[in-house]
Amino acid sequence: MSEPEPDRMIESEPGRSGPSGRTPRAGRGRHDDDTPPEAIVAIPLRHPWRNVVAVLLILGLAVFVLDAAQRADYGWPDVGKYIFDRRISQAAWVTLWLTVYAMIGAIVIGLLLAIMRLSPNPVLKSIAWLYIWIFRGTPVYVQLVFWGIVSLIYPVFTLGIPFVEPWVTIPNEVFTNLFITAVIGLALNEAAYMSEIVRAGLLSVDQGQEEASTALAMSWGQTMRYVVVPQAMKIIIPPTGNEVISMLKTTSLVAAIPLSIDLYGVSRGISAVTFTPVPLLIVASLWYLLFTSILMVGQHFIEKRFSRGTGRVKTGKEPATSGPAPTAVPGGPTPPVSTDFGGKG
Amino acid sequence: MTDAPMVLAERVSKNFGTNKVLRGISLEVDPGEVLCIVGPSGSGKSTFLRCINHLERVDGGRLSVDGQLVGYRQKGDKLYELKLKEAAFQRQEIGMVFQRFNLFPHLTAVENIILAPMRVKGLSKANATARAMELLDRVGLGDKGEAYPAHLSGGQQQRVAIARALAMDPKLMLFDEPTSALDPELVGEVLDVMKELAKSGMTMIVVTHEMGFAREVADTLVFMDEGVVVEAGPPREILSNPQHDRTKAFLSKVL
Repeated sequence: MSEPEPDRMIESEPGRSGPSGRTPRAGRGRHDDDTPPEAIVAIPLRHPWRNVVAVLLILGLAVFVLDAAQRADYGWPDVGKYIFDRRISQAAWVTLWLTVYAMIGAIVIGLLLAIMRLSPNPVLKSIAWLYIWIFRGTPVYVQLVFWGIVSLIYPVFTLGIPFVEPWVTIPNEVFTNLFITAVIGLALNEAAYMSEIVRAGLLSVDQGQEEASTALAMSWGQTMRYVVVPQAMKIIIPPTGNEVISMLKTTSLVAAIPLSIDLYGVSRGISAVTFTPVPLLIVASLWYLLFTSILMVGQHFIEKRFSRGTGRVKTGKEPATSGPAPTAVPGGPTPPVSTDFGGKG
Repeated sequence: MTDAPMVLAERVSKNFGTNKVLRGISLEVDPGEVLCIVGPSGSGKSTFLRCINHLERVDGGRLSVDGQLVGYRQKGDKLYELKLKEAAFQRQEIGMVFQRFNLFPHLTAVENIILAPMRVKGLSKANATARAMELLDRVGLGDKGEAYPAHLSGGQQQRVAIARALAMDPKLMLFDEPTSALDPELVGEVLDVMKELAKSGMTMIVVTHEMGFAREVADTLVFMDEGVVVEAGPPREILSNPQHDRTKAFLSKVL
C-alpha cells in the first residue's frame, strides 16, 4: 500500500523530482534487470517564497474586494439597477452590430488589399502598400474624428468632368449617418490589419498548389477560389478571431465621431444625467467582458479545428462522411468559410 | 495530320535573367511516342517540360503542341502573346504530373480528380465522379476515392495525381521526375501505371532518373546537359553505346 504512493508523487511532479530521480536510475544496470527499480522516497523541494507571494496576493485582493464592496462610489446598487436596463442592452446590440459590419467590411477590403499587394502590377501593389501605411500608421481615434467631419469637407457627391458643371449631384448622406460613418471608419482601419493576415494566409499555401491548378487549365480565379483560399483559411481564421475581439472593444472609440448609441456611449450618457459614472463604467465593462468571453470560447474551438493538419482533421470523419463527401466538392471549401466568419461576428 | 508531330521544338531557348537555362532545344515527339529525358540536375529538363504547357514562357525558338504554337499566336510574321484564357485552353490538352504530386490536400482523391473537369470543362458532378472512379480503378486505387492525400502513401498520391491529369482527357502527358520524391519501394507502383499508360498509346514526355523504365518503355531517349540536347535516339543504343563523353560520364554515374 505504501509503495505506489511516493511513486505517484514523484511522477506527478516531474519538474522537481526528475533530475534527482535520474541519478539512481543510471546505476540500474548493476541490479537485476528483472526487478523493477526501487521507487524513490524523497522529500520534495519546498518553495517557501512562492507560498508567501501567493498568500500576499490573495490577501491584497481580498482587502481590495472587501473595501470595494463597502465603498459608496462604486454604487453597487446602481450596477444592479442598470446592468439589465433596456437602454444598456439595446446599446449592447449596437456595439455587436458595429463589430459585425465593421469586420465584414474589413475582411472584404482586406482581401482586396492582400490580392493587390500580391499582384504583379506595381501600381496596385504600391497603392495597397500606401493604404496600409496610412491606416496602420495613424491612430484609429484620429481616423474616426476625421470621418466624423468628412461630411463637412464633402457636403455633396458629384459626378462629372472636373472643373465643369457636374452632371449629377447627390447630397452626402453616407457620412451624415453616424452609424454608417462609424462602420466605415472602423472597417477602413481594420482592413489594413486584415489585409496583412490574409496575405500571410495566401502566402502560406505552397506554390505547387497554384501550379498544379494552372496545369489543370483552371483560371486564376478558379485557382484562388477552389485551391488557394480554402487552404489559406487555416492560417487566416485564428488571427481573425483575435481581430474580432479587438474590434468589439475598439467600437467604444466611436465616441470620437461622435456616435453615442453604442454600449460605452449610452452608459456615459446615463451617468452624465445621474452623476454616477463608476457604476455605469462597471456595467459597460461587464457587458464587454461577456461578449469577449463568448468570442474567446468560440475562438478556442475554431482554432482547435483549424490548427490541426488537414489530414488529421479528417481522420475521424473519414468513414462517416464517405457518403456525402463527394457532394461537398463544389461548394465544400467555400461555405465553411462563410459560416466561420458569421459565427465569429 | 496523322504524321504531324505532337510536340515540335525548334531551337527552344529560355533564360532566367542572365542564366541561359535552355540553349536551343530541337526535338520532335510523334503521337503515341514515349520520350524520356535524362540528364544531370540543372540541365534544363524540367524547365523544358514546363515550357511545353506554358508554365514557363519560351524566350526563343518555336515550340508547338499538336500543330499549335505554345503561348503565342502567329499573325502574319508577328507573334502575339496569348491571353490567360487562351493559354488555359491550350493546357486542357496537356496533362502534367509533378515531382511533389501537388494534390490538393483539402480535397479527397475523387474531389481532386473531378475539380478541373467540372470547373473547366463543365462536366456534371455525376459524370465527372463516374469518370474519376474509372480512372482510380485504372491506377489501382478504386477503394481510395474518399481518402484525403495525407492518408495516402507517396506512391498512392502520385497515382491519384496521374488520374487527376488523365481526367482532362489530355493528348499529351508530361511527367516531371514523377518518382524522385518516392521511397524506393513505392517507385514500382507508379512506374507500372505509367507503363500501362504508355501501352495504351498515350503520348508521353517523361523526365526521369529511372534508367530501367527509360530502357523498357521509351521509344526515344534524350540526354540533356547544360540546356542542350547532347544525344537522342533509341534508349538501348544510347544506354549501351553512348557517343558523347558527357553522356558517358553521366551514365557511368547513374547506371
